[in-house]
Amino acid sequence: MAPRKSNAKPNVSADELKAYYRDMLLIRRFEEKAGQLYGMGLIGGFCHLYIGQEAVVVGLEAAAEEGDRRITTYRDHGHMLACGMDPNGVMAELTGREGGYSRGKGGSMHMFSTEKRFYGGHGIVGANVPLGAGLAFADKYLGNDRVTFTYFGDGAANQGQVYETFNMAALWELPVVFVIENNQYAMGTSQKRSTSTPDIYTRGAAFGIPGEAVDGMDVLAVREAGEKAVAHCRSGKGPYILEIKTYRYRGHSMSDPAKYRTREEVQKMREEKDAIEHVRDLLLSGGHASEDDLKAIDKEIKDVVNKSADFAKESPEPAVEELWTDIIADVAPQEEAAQ
Amino acid sequence: MATEILMPALSPTMEEGTLAKWLVKEGDTVNAGDIMAEIETDKATMEFEAVDEGTIGKILIEEGTEGVKVNTPIAVLLEEGESADDIDTASSASASEAKDDSDAAETPKSAPAEAKAPAAPKSDTSPDWPEGTEMEKKTVREALNAAMAEEMRRDDTVFIMGEEVAEYQGAYKITQNLLDEFGGKRVIDTPITEHGFAGIGVGASWGGLRPIVEFMTWNFAMQAIDQIINSAAKTLYMSGGQMGSPIVFRGPNGAAARVGAQHSQDYAAWYSQVPGLRVVQPYSAACAKGLLKTAIRDPNPVVFLENEILYGRSFEVPKLDDFTIPFGKAKIWREGEDVTIVSFGIGMTYALEAAEKLAEDGIEAEVVDLRTLRPMDTDTVIASVMKTNRCVTVEEGWPVASIGNHISAVLMQQAFDYLDAPVINCTGKDVPMPYAANLEKLALTSTQEVIDAVRQVTYR
Repeated sequence: MAPRKSNAKPNVSADELKAYYRDMLLIRRFEEKAGQLYGMGLIGGFCHLYIGQEAVVVGLEAAAEEGDRRITTYRDHGHMLACGMDPNGVMAELTGREGGYSRGKGGSMHMFSTEKRFYGGHGIVGANVPLGAGLAFADKYLGNDRVTFTYFGDGAANQGQVYETFNMAALWELPVVFVIENNQYAMGTSQKRSTSTPDIYTRGAAFGIPGEAVDGMDVLAVREAGEKAVAHCRSGKGPYILEIKTYRYRGHSMSDPAKYRTREEVQKMREEKDAIEHVRDLLLSGGHASEDDLKAIDKEIKDVVNKSADFAKESPEPAVEELWTDIIADVAPQEEAAQ
Repeated sequence: MATEILMPALSPTMEEGTLAKWLVKEGDTVNAGDIMAEIETDKATMEFEAVDEGTIGKILIEEGTEGVKVNTPIAVLLEEGESADDIDTASSASASEAKDDSDAAETPKSAPAEAKAPAAPKSDTSPDWPEGTEMEKKTVREALNAAMAEEMRRDDTVFIMGEEVAEYQGAYKITQNLLDEFGGKRVIDTPITEHGFAGIGVGASWGGLRPIVEFMTWNFAMQAIDQIINSAAKTLYMSGGQMGSPIVFRGPNGAAARVGAQHSQDYAAWYSQVPGLRVVQPYSAACAKGLLKTAIRDPNPVVFLENEILYGRSFEVPKLDDFTIPFGKAKIWREGEDVTIVSFGIGMTYALEAAEKLAEDGIEAEVVDLRTLRPMDTDTVIASVMKTNRCVTVEEGWPVASIGNHISAVLMQQAFDYLDAPVINCTGKDVPMPYAANLEKLALTSTQEVIDAVRQVTYR
């Protein structure tokens, strides 16, 4: 793991800190609720929770600007909440209801929001990496200075198409930040057992792509690294790799028996490295917030999450006609929206 | 309020499980994330975590109990300030709530899907261009090249990427001169990396561009088929209509000449199976041009299957500034009363040659060129078979689950009473493509096979 905390004195306002606390807590409480609804049979199929990794997306969203794009794999609920998508729409998609972002036709792994420039939600490990580079290709072609955050895991980092993409992204100087969310386990296979290099970001060197490892349990360290990466891409210097060392507390998916790591290992991470506790400490010790202030935030988040669960339960199942819609478009929807 | 903790579903298929072990006891305080119990599912032993904080008021199911149904209350959790005395009222309230939830999960609110697929369009046999239009001789290669150049002039967001499309001028010269006219920004040589550049193309289509991705041959696109199907074809549906993939994948498909098994495969049937894709396989230069222009303008992913042997063939092409052919419209190349021969792409050469020879013996074949395989103009095929009562299909692809098989099934279901003979499918043989010249010839279908099939279905 990278060092526990960013060494530099954090250049951050109390309001920003509170916002990060709120955003990370929203993800955690939302995911806990999703786990609960899964247990009740309201969410089906695969459901990959983001608990433990919250600082990654919240830190990077703090470095993003209006118009930047993001794309990720199937552990995607956190990314959607962090970029401002509506918790009701996300939760209702998890329950497969009409009010979901894909009107119940996508599920946990397949949600999109062109409005928030979130391009999914992809279930094939590694496949979203060239897709993300393609979004960046479009921005470069169109001559704007937008950046695409392309998230993938330590497991995906062993897929061939990732390196095909590194090659072309470097060759064509595409404005893409490759974010490797290294939670140390590709499903149940530890990085040590699957990956020849201890620091995955160093693989970019073969393509001339700069990169660095970041402490993913420290939202401020993530933001700082994100700002550096974004500045690099926006200035036309091509791609940048951030390997963010993080940890998922829950199983790979809901049906993970967790036999590949010890309970103590998980417990130790939760107790010593938790990203939300870190910000909570900063807020309290710095006198930026009182216990009561934080309790108020906790309550506010709980309400948002409970409302999303209620919405997701009450929203009806999609109409049967939906089976046959959205197969072939008359007009490319994103082009129509842009007009 | 006290809440019941329910037996969780811990896998997509779990209906019941064994409560193997309690790790908490009555009176214990738990926080969200604390492990409360071990539960054996149909797959594994899982740890069950608390979602809310509180005190365990009562354990309802003893450890070691087998066959505990999902959503059965297994314990009661008390909030701050509550005591075990509150349990009774709480459990009845939350039990009814839980029941509602399980109903919601198990009983679909709406009736089983009865929605029907939209009806297919009616047969359209209108001419592709106005009568009296001036014509000129063009090769399929020139027609494809002109289609791309015209569309790139019309729309700045159209670009082409692929192996050797720019400086080399195209491995088969389909992109000749495009680099000179449009420059390196829009005519892009890629590394040999089909999977990667197919994915970049799809991403670019989401980002507001209209990519044409050339595969040097479709054989190499097997490296990229995941991006074509999972990313391009399915996203409109998975996104509930928010995002489409306006992209054309094109290149030569099927057998060329003496290039062996790995370079000689026809993918028509493969891609035609995929909802969300358009699949086109033109025969003539005019169809190639009109359909490629339509493909580039279409908001959906298009698989455009060309043929190397046809590239150099010349056909009459209308001299029109802007000429397109709609998808889903077959073309009747030759009218006849005795038998319907249905084909597409290079299969049309066998079909038309067979029809000429059969005519010498007085058998008049109607030859239908499907042109687009998805959507497929089965209405025109059915209308023709209702007239001729007999059908032979022709393609170079493999026989199992072929386009011919599909047409046979459609005719059986929708024109059974009109058929006077079983439909015969002329296809490539069920073998990898051999290299030896004599064997290769045998592996493909042939004009003679089509003639023989027609004689069989016409009993003549």
